[in-house]
Amino acid sequence: MQMVVNLIVLSSLYSLICCGYVLIYRSSRVLNLAHGEFMAMGGYFLFTLSMGIPFHPIPSFLIALGFSLALGFAVYFFLMRYMAGESIFAAVLVTIALGILMRGLLTLIWTSQLWYPLQKLGLENNSHPLFGGAVISTFGIVKVLAAVLLYGLLLLCLRFTRWGLRMRAVGEKPLLASQRGIGLHKYYALSWGIGALSVGLAGMIQACDSGLDPGMFIIGLKAFPVVLVGGLDSLAGVIPGALIVAAAEILTIAYISPHASEVAPFAVLLLMLLIRPWGLFGTKEELERV
Amino acid sequence: MAFASGYFKITYRSDLALVETRGRRACLCLLGAGLIVFPLFGSAFFLDLANQVLLALVGAIALMLLTGYAGQISLGHAGLIAAGAFTTAVLFKELHAPFWITFPASGLMGAILGFVFGLPSLRLKGLYLALSTLALHFIVSYVGAEYETKRGFATGVVIDPISIGPILLIDQRLWYFVLLVIDVLLILFALNLIRSRTGRAWMAIRDRDVAAEALGIKLSSYKLSAFVISSVITSLAGCLFAYYRGFVSVEAFSLMMTIEYVAMVIIGGLGSILGAVLGTIFVVILPYLIEGFVRILDVPSRFTTYMFSINHVVFGLIMIVFLVLEPAGLVGIWTRIRNYFLMWPFKYKPF
Repeated sequence: MQMVVNLIVLSSLYSLICCGYVLIYRSSRVLNLAHGEFMAMGGYFLFTLSMGIPFHPIPSFLIALGFSLALGFAVYFFLMRYMAGESIFAAVLVTIALGILMRGLLTLIWTSQLWYPLQKLGLENNSHPLFGGAVISTFGIVKVLAAVLLYGLLLLCLRFTRWGLRMRAVGEKPLLASQRGIGLHKYYALSWGIGALSVGLAGMIQACDSGLDPGMFIIGLKAFPVVLVGGLDSLAGVIPGALIVAAAEILTIAYISPHASEVAPFAVLLLMLLIRPWGLFGTKEELERV
Repeated sequence: MAFASGYFKITYRSDLALVETRGRRACLCLLGAGLIVFPLFGSAFFLDLANQVLLALVGAIALMLLTGYAGQISLGHAGLIAAGAFTTAVLFKELHAPFWITFPASGLMGAILGFVFGLPSLRLKGLYLALSTLALHFIVSYVGAEYETKRGFATGVVIDPISIGPILLIDQRLWYFVLLVIDVLLILFALNLIRSRTGRAWMAIRDRDVAAEALGIKLSSYKLSAFVISSVITSLAGCLFAYYRGFVSVEAFSLMMTIEYVAMVIIGGLGSILGAVLGTIFVVILPYLIEGFVRILDVPSRFTTYMFSINHVVFGLIMIVFLVLEPAGLVGIWTRIRNYFLMWPFKYKPF
């Protein structure tokens, strides 16, 4: 029973992280390899705010989310904008460089110490008993809720609102979309913003749940297999992808060794790449197979 | 006789020559003489720095072949170096194997890994491949860490220096010459490889794979060959790394190392062996430069404890600057300066 709960909590965390990957990839075809650092940044924003305005969790969270959003916009406008039209290869390398830059800044500003923003926020991370003797932490519940809420909102917005439609159009055919009068930069920036926001949220919750240190970016990297299993350009595919990868990880912890769980997602990734490279729900045409 | 100012090749021999003009030959001879004389005058610190450059150069050239010429991104470079180093360490610890067994064994390990993890490249392009190599990195470091803990070498595996007959390869100076010879051979190999059918096929694939296939290049085998050749060289670099340090531990092969190698080829300039050389020199020396700079500036001591993260920041910044402003890298800058003086007072080559 505990394993099922862990599975759901872990896969919600992965879904939160991966939503950003997919959004950014879908609109601009860039795989953001600095995503893990975005996540850590989110956590550190929350931590800083919790120092600034202690014991006010809600404003702290909201302002930190605003910062994450701004971070995404800034990265697009000051950096990725110049990579438009360059080869995707170069754009991805820029995100790697950005990642290393942000990692340096993180330790420079906040040191590599382990922080616990939770105490400053005046919240507690209790464990709640569930049926069947399982236990879930408060922030475990928050993770699940946040993931459900975020996905619900995003899917609804993408389907029914005007900007959602435009965003999809930009992702599908940028040239056509721009000829129809859609400002490409605006929507690319929006996707980076929302991407950074969602992964920042994941970082904040994770920071509350288990503390904050610069090694957090590794979680972002470990979430990569999720997107590939689900399909790089499929938002709905992230959830089954997250479930599969989280299941692989939790089963390895239970039956093989905790060390091996570090590589379990990547083993799944390799298997997926060999069998069905476009992922469970990705579009097949996405892959130029030559 | 060929000249830099035009194309005056009239024999096949001059077309095949690597060194075109007398001037260049003279420069090359000077450089060679300088490299040979250097260890006689350099201090221990500079000698170690030179050895680091020479050691990293092996890996950088391997990555340049893969990324710069065949156009495949790899994020598993540190993993491959670790694979070579660990093959050496395991063979040494378990079987007391000498250098002439561990060296080819590391190469073989590289070939196997390159083949297995290159397989996805047959079905996939660019980005997907980078992820498969990222998986390689994590899997290799997991296996390495497992070996360390299971066998009780918690902090790392200690390796004895190479002994060739009565000579024990432990002196920095001796290492310098060994590495220099290896690097020169490797550079010659790479320069000739990229002129051969294989190298030209790689470049064709890099520039436009569909067109390359239409020209009759078998994509699958050439992509795989790029992977295998590059990973063999990388693993050999790992073997050398293990012997040079005399110590192998997983912590040394972090993702940061991969990024350093990627930075070497980007900063140097993709698609040029000279670029790999320049990039390696730049990236290896950079941390020392920053440290010296920080010391001169006399910044508060709070910052000197964060040298590591300052390195990260500067590193990322420089990579971004090069990618955005100067995609041709150091080699691009160098060619521009050279051409300016060669062509003076003209702007372009008179064809």
